[in-house]
Amino acid sequence: MADLTLAALAAQLFTGLVLGMILVLLAVGLSLIFGLMTVVNFAHGSLYMLGAYLGFFLLGLTKNFWISLVLAPLLVGLFGLLIERVLVRPLYGRSIDDPLLLTFGLSLVLVEAARLIWGKIGLTLDPPPALAGAVNLGFSAFPLYRLFVIAVTLAVLVALWLFLEKTDVGLIIRAGSRDRLMVRALGVDLGRIWLIVFGIGTALAGLAGILAGPMRGVYAEMGVTIVIESFVVVVVGGMGSLLGAIVAGILIGEVVSLTTYFAPKLAEIMVFVVMALVLLVRPSGLFGETGLME
Amino acid sequence: MIARARMWVERHPVLSFFIFFAVFPFLVPYPAVATQVLTFGLFALGFNLLYGFTGLLSFGHAAYYGLGAYGTGIALAKLRVGSLWVGLAIGVVAAVVGGAIIGFLCLRRRGIYFAMLTLAFAQLLYFIGFHLADWTGGDDGLRGIPALPIWVPGIGSVRLNTSLAFYYFAFVLVGLAVAVLRRILDSPFGAVLQAIRENAERAAACGYNVRRVRWLAFVFSAAFTGLAGGLDALRLSVVPIESLYWTTSGQAVIMTLLGGAGTFFGPFVGAGIFLVLEERLSLITESWPLVMGAVFMVFVLFLPKGVWGTLLARLSARPTPGE
Repeated sequence: MADLTLAALAAQLFTGLVLGMILVLLAVGLSLIFGLMTVVNFAHGSLYMLGAYLGFFLLGLTKNFWISLVLAPLLVGLFGLLIERVLVRPLYGRSIDDPLLLTFGLSLVLVEAARLIWGKIGLTLDPPPALAGAVNLGFSAFPLYRLFVIAVTLAVLVALWLFLEKTDVGLIIRAGSRDRLMVRALGVDLGRIWLIVFGIGTALAGLAGILAGPMRGVYAEMGVTIVIESFVVVVVGGMGSLLGAIVAGILIGEVVSLTTYFAPKLAEIMVFVVMALVLLVRPSGLFGETGLME
Repeated sequence: MIARARMWVERHPVLSFFIFFAVFPFLVPYPAVATQVLTFGLFALGFNLLYGFTGLLSFGHAAYYGLGAYGTGIALAKLRVGSLWVGLAIGVVAAVVGGAIIGFLCLRRRGIYFAMLTLAFAQLLYFIGFHLADWTGGDDGLRGIPALPIWVPGIGSVRLNTSLAFYYFAFVLVGLAVAVLRRILDSPFGAVLQAIRENAERAAACGYNVRRVRWLAFVFSAAFTGLAGGLDALRLSVVPIESLYWTTSGQAVIMTLLGGAGTFFGPFVGAGIFLVLEERLSLITESWPLVMGAVFMVFVLFLPKGVWGTLLARLSARPTPGE
């Protein structure tokens, strides 16, 4: 009997890790955009939703999950570039709240547009046949697709880390998050860098969406709860810290998953309890530096 | 002439409020719409105290609106409190207590974190309200709020059984709230609020305890918002769970921005515009939030002062003879 519970617990921990991965993808994008541009993208959840719907649309068109998995985030990223150029750019130099207000309006438009185009009833996104079924992990069987989500996220995070640490553009991004004025003084055109970062951040949201689609369903409001949870991840991890976003994302994923197991009614509430505790004990977040980017 | 009228409104905002809203129900098709402008306007006014006058963008005012609504509703429907006044007072106290606790936590982080935190805490209250169905009615909303007569000193018991009677009941309470807001803004405390909005570091350097002042503004804002929630609970005699949902917070943001953040009457103007837009658009299309979102974006991009703020700026820019 004890063995059985232990196996169930391990399975639950794994489920938490998968949810954590989705949150990490969202929080890393939010944190990257905020760190460099001090723009809070309220529409991040809508772009996540858009990623899932585009995935569904492309899957219907191409009948190929792998092409959809690559194309959907790219299209969301392109849309992100458009948002930055047309909507966010005119607001630079204005109050830090204005981009947040604008993207809030945008999220209303996008959610409603999705309802218009794809209907109010949720859709199901099927994982590819190659990823159907389950693997025996020793303690319990686990859906192969979920392992795939973990693998993709890890690969993307490694690629992102290499990009930020090993390339010149990455260097400028890191420098720009530290001291925008100094980078400008060195003759770097930060406008283009902002565009790139906004594109990467939104593409990550799109990727999170299409990855989450087969597990959580595709519906117009799918981005609402999860974007608030990823705000919590960013606050808990410390804004601008990628490591913080990763650790906090997994932590929040595990908290949700474990409370779902032990006390289902408390699952949504525990996320905010963790946030309140972190705020009381360590207001700058687990990995945040005090005073940075406030 | 217009400029002089504008000056007069600027100098006597509370009197202007009472004069305009005394006749307002006769200018609109139904008194019920007029009441909605009052309560939504009060909701936006609470938000505006924090955003427009203190410079703190809250995305979680549904929390205090919902606490006010559920506080009043639960007091009257579940605890069977025999007086509307006591019910409303319980709603306001619930909002104030919630605002004091959440405000304390949110103000531990400055800047943009603040908006995310207020949103997160409001969502927490939404989930709590959703699961405490024995008290809140959960998904079905809280029903059965009795329409009690109110006891008015000097007059006695008054029944609020017509929409016009309820309008004037709300009119007096919202008017009092407007007078209190004027008093707050005109006080030294109000001056510090606006100093913090303009430059928090300088205000701190002048020796003001910025966090404490902001926290007080948060609590006042929660009180106004809670009263709006309590009035809406009485107006509708039901509290839907959406009162606590993030879209309700968004509604305060939209109304204030449409009307004009940081202006005294902007919230009421914005509430009026919001209601007209909502009513007209929902007749044409089911997807009216799409149009509302687009209108809101246009305002953020091109009309950041809102309708009332832009109007004021236009009128004062025009040179007038004799002034």
